Amino acid sequence: MDLLQLETVELDRVAKDAIDAIRLAGDLLVQANKVTSEYVDAMVKNYIEIGPYIVIAPNIAIPHARPENGVQETGISLLRLSDPIEFGHESNDPVKLICAIAGTDQSSHLEMLKGISQVLGNKAKLETILKTNEKKDIVELFRS
Amino acid sequence: MKKILAVCGLGQGTSLILRMNIEQVLNDLGVNADVEHVDVSSASGMSSDLIVTSAELAKTLEGHQSDIVIVNNYFDLEEIKQALQNRV
Repeated sequence: MDLLQLETVELDRVAKDAIDAIRLAGDLLVQANKVTSEYVDAMVKNYIEIGPYIVIAPNIAIPHARPENGVQETGISLLRLSDPIEFGHESNDPVKLICAIAGTDQSSHLEMLKGISQVLGNKAKLETILKTNEKKDIVELFRS
Repeated sequence: MKKILAVCGLGQGTSLILRMNIEQVLNDLGVNADVEHVDVSSASGMSSDLIVTSAELAKTLEGHQSDIVIVNNYFDLEEIKQALQNRV
């Protein structure tokens, strides 16, 4: 099973703030039956309680919670915002891409994060994600 | 062997990415070290030689016995390399 599917990608959505953006990215995982709605609540709670450290690179946030917070199947969603949003991070704001991640256990988490790192950490691939109008181009990047 | 902690809020996702990239940089530098990824509250009770984390969480860890270095872009191997050089 691919890490990212067409149904968990959404391009150029409008979000009103960071919490709204995390919820939108989380809802993609709920709709794909990867997580329960409790998982989305847990991601939001982590952001509120622990802060914007999830903005791990310029313009990229990776909200997540723990496996026991309601992960049904390992997977990620990718939400591209039409207008960047402030998450409150000192150096990596504003956020344009939200990649919500859900792993069923430590080892699936590791595999998934390696995949994400190889795509979002690659300038050319990131450029494609920021510019393309085709969801399938993005799914393709996560496939290799 | 030096002990390095990659620290994030939950000790799950973010710190794991940081740990993977720290290990890659150490490998490139030819340095052997023990790298662990932990959440910020566990880190405050652990001893280590070096902590790598974000500016925000570094504030929470102020006063820790370990050296603390800040990395802003967890994907940027060059930034991580500069942060680690001369410290490992």
